[in-house]
Amino acid sequence: MSSFITRTGSTRTGGSAGPPFQGRDSGPLRASCEVLQYRKIGTFHSLTFVSPEIADRAQPGQFVTIGVEGKHTVLRRPFSIYQVSRHGPWAGTVEIIFNATGEGTRWLTTRKKHDLVDLVGPLGTPFPIPRQNVTSLLVGSGYGTAPLLYLASVLQQKGLRADMVIGAPTADQIFNAIEAKRLSATTVFTTEDGSLGEEGVVTDTVARMLDTGRTGLVYASGPMTMLREISQLAMTHDVPVRVATEEAMACGTGVCQTCVLPVERKGQLFNLRSCVEGPVFNGAKVRWDAIGALPVMDLPDQDPDDWDEL
Amino acid sequence: MSEQTATREGTGRRRPRPPLRPADVDLRVQLGDMVLKNPIVTASGTFGSGQEIDRFFDVDRLGAVVVKSITLEPRAGLPTPRMAETASGMLNAIGLQNPGLQRWLRVDYPWMVERGIPIIASIAGRTIHEYRVVAEKLRGLPGIVAIEANISAPHVEDGGIAFSSREGPTHEVISTIMRVATVPVFAKLSPDVTDIVSIAHAASEAGATGVSVINTLLGMAIDVETRRPKLAAGTGGLSGPAIKPIAIRAVHQIHSVLPDLPIIGMGGARSVEDVVEFMLAGASAVAVGTATFANPMATLELVQQLPEWLAERGIRHARALTGGVKL
Repeated sequence: MSSFITRTGSTRTGGSAGPPFQGRDSGPLRASCEVLQYRKIGTFHSLTFVSPEIADRAQPGQFVTIGVEGKHTVLRRPFSIYQVSRHGPWAGTVEIIFNATGEGTRWLTTRKKHDLVDLVGPLGTPFPIPRQNVTSLLVGSGYGTAPLLYLASVLQQKGLRADMVIGAPTADQIFNAIEAKRLSATTVFTTEDGSLGEEGVVTDTVARMLDTGRTGLVYASGPMTMLREISQLAMTHDVPVRVATEEAMACGTGVCQTCVLPVERKGQLFNLRSCVEGPVFNGAKVRWDAIGALPVMDLPDQDPDDWDEL
Repeated sequence: MSEQTATREGTGRRRPRPPLRPADVDLRVQLGDMVLKNPIVTASGTFGSGQEIDRFFDVDRLGAVVVKSITLEPRAGLPTPRMAETASGMLNAIGLQNPGLQRWLRVDYPWMVERGIPIIASIAGRTIHEYRVVAEKLRGLPGIVAIEANISAPHVEDGGIAFSSREGPTHEVISTIMRVATVPVFAKLSPDVTDIVSIAHAASEAGATGVSVINTLLGMAIDVETRRPKLAAGTGGLSGPAIKPIAIRAVHQIHSVLPDLPIIGMGGARSVEDVVEFMLAGASAVAVGTATFANPMATLELVQQLPEWLAERGIRHARALTGGVKL
């Protein structure tokens, strides 16, 4: 365990093992979770944890933060939830997909079955599920595809049609193509080198599919530049769009104000937190051009409860 | 520790002193006229006003919640990226983003009062007048047990550092707040000064009840590939375990010279041992900040673990730790 993130079980001096989780009967919780499986899926890493409570409470689009061990790390790492199982042989488990890009994620790739890992979640806003019978278009890139497959499985359970467009630079960076095909009505893959599906990037394909007029709602998950382009495409086609954003976070719980994005709500501009008001935002309301610029914030004369935008 | 000695000398020979139970440990601490039920408080800007962390546990179990700094007008804050992790610490440049005093009074304050949370209101401003106006608006509000004057926010445009870097301005802003405040006032000080004791002395002379030490240290990190600063603002405040020895030193120096000036100690505290260390250096209460980012339960765990730690050592009163370092 990191020297900075204490593990409740071992720091309790009473000798008891402590509660199975810390938190309330609903909402996010913290738990020391057993690793059930580590595996590689293509170029991606996958970890499955035992956490009946998080599995029970999670919805597509939400994320967990993990206390990673590192020489000098102090902060948790956020990961969107790939899938949860509530029934069957994998009941009560939560799976994440990630790339090993830094010290924390490399440590995660060395976790073995039965290791204990410190999870907090589920955090953030989920993808809204349409109440009407519309066809959704799910656009994913890289490991951003993972939460969309979770969303697709929920849409499928509700009998809602979903088309998917999944892009990556090369074929081996397309996440779980078989699962994508199983969960969607039509699936299009795009690769920049043409090694799988269409040669090019997702935006060309998405523009073509939106032209058909079949799509009633767009969901997107991937790099911020892609989310921006997909949001603009959806707006020009007058189709609602919801995006799962990825911003650098310190706390993941809403207290540090690190992960803010400029988002319009009821005609006012706010710096909203990706971890509480997001990570799923209305892509048409995110002021993509203002990210990283000197921020402006309107006088908030409304309460967050009034911000129901859907 | 004194109880231990007394018992041994008195009745210890005939029957061993019954072990102290954690439930019998008195965690109460007093800072001026402010009594807290335990010495664990939150560091301003790391806990909001408590609602977010209250999703995990009842935050009224903490000694007090020091809220994120309130300014008269809403602040949009600084551009992103606002954070960079560094060795055993992190840099942040948030720029006091907050929705302003009016909204805090309308939304956050009533919630805190309803939940019975002792409130330490952190206030910030660009001018002395702004501190004064905010302090005036907080006059006599039930539930607010103290004001923490954030006169050390690390960016000049936030106003803060301009005050706590020199004795004169520190005295001026604190004495202005003292004229209108109805509750104890703590001056939050920056360690980025030549002599923090002289600044603490100026705050004390101006009438401050006590001091909160330390705020973050100004730092910087550069991405060597892009050659750009990792923070959009260029520089930011360093927090976390990396700064703890500096914080302990600052608390100790101030307490040595001004032993009657109550201190809220902070800077990288995470474990029970850290809390005890701050108190031995001279703090009466300890604020936990970056540790909450790493673990939303961090503050509650300390409230739970501190009585166990003290009981195991036969220490009946947490307040007996303050200034207990042996030199």
